[in-house]
Amino acid sequence: MAKAILVDTSKCIACRGCQVACKQWHGRRAEPTRFQGSYENPLALSAQTWRRVGFIETAGGDGRLRWRFISDACKHCTDASCLAVCPTGALFRRTWGAVDLNQDICNGCRYCVAACPFGIVAFNEESGRVNKCVLCPDRVEAGLEPACVTTCPTDALTFGDRDQLLSQAKRRVAELQAKGEKGAQLYGERELSGLHQLFVLQERPQVYGLPEQPRFAVASVFPSSVTSVLASVVMGVTALVAFRGRGGKGEE
Amino acid sequence: MTNHWIDVKNADAVLIMGSNAAENHPIAFKWVLAAMERGAVLLSVDPRFSRTSALADLYAPLRSGTDIAFLGGMINHVLRNNLFQREYVGEYTNASFLLDPAFGFKDGYFTGWDPEKKTYDRATWKFQVEADGTPKQDGSLRDPHTVFQHLRRHFARYTPEMVERVCGTPKAEFLRVAEAFARTGAPGKAGTIMYAMGWTQHSKATQLIRTAAILQMLLGNIGVAGGGVNALRGLSNVQGSTDMALLFHILPGYLGMPTRKDHPTLAAYLEKETPKTGYWVNKPKFFVSLLRAWYGEAATKDNEFAYQYLPKNSANYSYMDLFEAMYAGKLKGFIVTGQNPAVSGPNSTLERKALEKLEWLVVRELFETETAAFWKGPGVDPAKVQTEVFLLPSSTHLEREGSYTNSGRWLQWKWKAADPPGDARSDGWFANQLALRLKALYAGSRAPTDRAFLALTWDYGKEEPDLEKVLAEVNGYTVADRKPVKSFAFLADDGSTACGNWIYSGVFPAEGQNRAKSRKADPPESLGINAGWAFSWPVNRRILYNRASADPRGKPWNQEKALIWWDAEAELPDGKKGKWVGVDVPDFRPDLAPDAKGGGNPFIMRPDGKGGIFAPLAEGPLPEHYEPVESPVKNLLSNVQANPMAVIYKADLDKLGDPKEFPIVATTYRLTEHQHTGSITRNLPWLVEMMPNLFCEMSRELAEEKGIRNGAPVIVRSARGEVRAIAAVTGRFKPFKLGDRVVHEVGIPWHWGFMGLAKGDSANMLTPHVGDANTRIQESKAFLVDVRKA
Repeated sequence: MAKAILVDTSKCIACRGCQVACKQWHGRRAEPTRFQGSYENPLALSAQTWRRVGFIETAGGDGRLRWRFISDACKHCTDASCLAVCPTGALFRRTWGAVDLNQDICNGCRYCVAACPFGIVAFNEESGRVNKCVLCPDRVEAGLEPACVTTCPTDALTFGDRDQLLSQAKRRVAELQAKGEKGAQLYGERELSGLHQLFVLQERPQVYGLPEQPRFAVASVFPSSVTSVLASVVMGVTALVAFRGRGGKGEE
Repeated sequence: MTNHWIDVKNADAVLIMGSNAAENHPIAFKWVLAAMERGAVLLSVDPRFSRTSALADLYAPLRSGTDIAFLGGMINHVLRNNLFQREYVGEYTNASFLLDPAFGFKDGYFTGWDPEKKTYDRATWKFQVEADGTPKQDGSLRDPHTVFQHLRRHFARYTPEMVERVCGTPKAEFLRVAEAFARTGAPGKAGTIMYAMGWTQHSKATQLIRTAAILQMLLGNIGVAGGGVNALRGLSNVQGSTDMALLFHILPGYLGMPTRKDHPTLAAYLEKETPKTGYWVNKPKFFVSLLRAWYGEAATKDNEFAYQYLPKNSANYSYMDLFEAMYAGKLKGFIVTGQNPAVSGPNSTLERKALEKLEWLVVRELFETETAAFWKGPGVDPAKVQTEVFLLPSSTHLEREGSYTNSGRWLQWKWKAADPPGDARSDGWFANQLALRLKALYAGSRAPTDRAFLALTWDYGKEEPDLEKVLAEVNGYTVADRKPVKSFAFLADDGSTACGNWIYSGVFPAEGQNRAKSRKADPPESLGINAGWAFSWPVNRRILYNRASADPRGKPWNQEKALIWWDAEAELPDGKKGKWVGVDVPDFRPDLAPDAKGGGNPFIMRPDGKGGIFAPLAEGPLPEHYEPVESPVKNLLSNVQANPMAVIYKADLDKLGDPKEFPIVATTYRLTEHQHTGSITRNLPWLVEMMPNLFCEMSRELAEEKGIRNGAPVIVRSARGEVRAIAAVTGRFKPFKLGDRVVHEVGIPWHWGFMGLAKGDSANMLTPHVGDANTRIQESKAFLVDVRKA
């Protein structure tokens, strides 16, 4: 059964418990930051920051000020560009939907960084590999929720069966619209054949920095899928050679 | 809180004002969202658009320090449009009482103002009385001397237009909030008011909270599920420390601290402090039992139960007074634990200088705080500081057990998760050791001055104290057999019982039964009373004044949210019929029928049992708007500019700003990412990453006027000092249009200091030593500054 996280932005108070819980569970370091005029920090997702709350000041159609918050991380797309371009199989799909990452066989080619339509996957200069949210498979497969979801005090983040979350999200959108929130909408049901991180938004996706129509971006990385297969063979061989080379050195 | 956190979900309207609950109480804020899911409307009134405002249905801005004008406008709106709950107001409050014909209010002063002595003679602030001493009443509320008619006349000046000119709240936005909240005046509807330091830190803070209480009484919102006036505490155990007499003027359980002048003997204390009617007639039982708990066998009938061992107040020892005394060189030593006054104290320049005057200073902390390191702070030459500083390692809350009392008055036991590292010790250990070692030093002394300390009972173990033993003493026991008392109803004033804090009595009702450890939760669809979870003082009552949740005949105003009701058929232990029953513990005599004398007086702690719409405080018996002591504008409601009874300190460093030099209003606040002075959170990298620097929020209009760019450094300056911050230029602050004048306001979080991973100037360098007339809390939520590019 496909699982997902539902991010209900209308219940988010931007406490950023999710941002910190993610760092704690995954042992991510704090990055050096400086206050830049917005509460937001760090300013972008990175190898050390896999989940991040965005703070958006915007004027609604009525000219009234709104302060929108969004807890953002990897969308775990069904049509996952990162996975398609990964030559080594380091990026792989869990049966329940998560796009996981096996650090041991990531070769640092960064095709996934270029391919991701959301700009999520980040290269880690230190390790020479990439990093992103993996949806806490170590927790989920032990019957727990992802760390960010467990921490969320207002149930702005919920985790569960994707189908159920979809109906929950649709109910919520209807409720918000009934309250006069005309911009309320669901994001992630059909995008890229379905995301495993769904959003209830109160404005158009663009306001939150989400692409209105995210594209399967393999084409932008490689001219055709044939090249992709070829490339993955080439890269695989290169990686194998590199691996053996390293092992050889170790024996000396 | 009159109610409790979970009960917020029962509200039909939630007014958050003087608080930023989403940012400062993020976990508990889920109950606000739960209320909204059940259809409640959330109203946010704040000088700036906060993370709470972001979730609100309606937001209205107001200039800092004008909350009484805003609430006064709401009271006027409710009265003018007859939106108040008529029966509740007539029966449950003192609205119908007739005031002394000489009482009045004119030109900003109540009757009795003495311009020479600058204080009030309260002779006229009283009711007309019948021959038997009870207040004269007019149930029709029409007599011009009724409290109700005084209230109506008093607040008639607080029109929506006046609110706009004083508060800067556009009339339409004010009215939207007033209308939405006034709907809870319908019987059966409930509205809650949630406030915090945004209301308490003003020179007229106590009156401000009284204004809220008056509004809530008019709307029938006190004593009902989803109602109340709810103070959100700034730390997990602030309620507990207040209950246990953290403050200088009270003993545990809100018994007044004796003073040398007024209470030379126990008899004098009890005579003067015990009212003749209302539940406080039992005060002698609580007081004598407290003496018996503290002085044990040394407290006998013949020696006034050791009353003379009890220290007596001879001066005001509130926070700013202590620091003023320290600054004047009158204090030798200072033990600081769980506090960082070098950052949290107003006018921190003065307070840091005051620390230099000490002979010794003990700080117990997790990290070296600004208070511990004051001698090496900015502008201080360590060679010139003579104070001997002891920094002792303390434990975190996760490294000690004990009970916490939350905002909703629940005593919840918690267990230790880990031992503290190295030489770090718990607060309990420190208190225990200090007492035991001092006792050892005094042992054998025959000096009369040492007797009190030697007589103090102290038997909680040798190293870590046994905190359940402490709690059992707090609960109280019968002296003869040392068996726990079931509740404070079993306390006596003859020395046969001992009790460390009467309001907590019942938390340990039997040997080995610690109710703070109770963990039975109610189902989510219930009212959330949770009587089986923890222990709520008093006597496990969850909602105070709950007699008022039922009408005068004993029938709940709202059947779906019924708390208690009169059951004429229910049987009492003695076989008689008729008692109060329900889901909460009745805040009322259980067998007092609605039609009996006093059966409709729900406010049992007051001598007359009625809610005090008219209730004397230092600056008057009704609230009145005055400008903050530092304000850029003239008071439009009277010629009295600031609270005439405000406390203004006058040391050389206590300067007040001229609005010509400092035309901008400023306020301070907290952020989700840091706690208080940041002594812990500014040392945690993940939190520092999110909020690394001190910033100053301001409107785009002000920034443009001053040529300030978003993200650029600025200098904020007051008459007391200046800080360097980063500008946060935002649409969330707007200039206030007061008639034809525009007044700007800026906001600065007060978490920063010169120690820790994230360093920065402390916002309290800017705030004044100006105190509320009743409590002397600092006025740090409305003062004057100027801002410029750095």
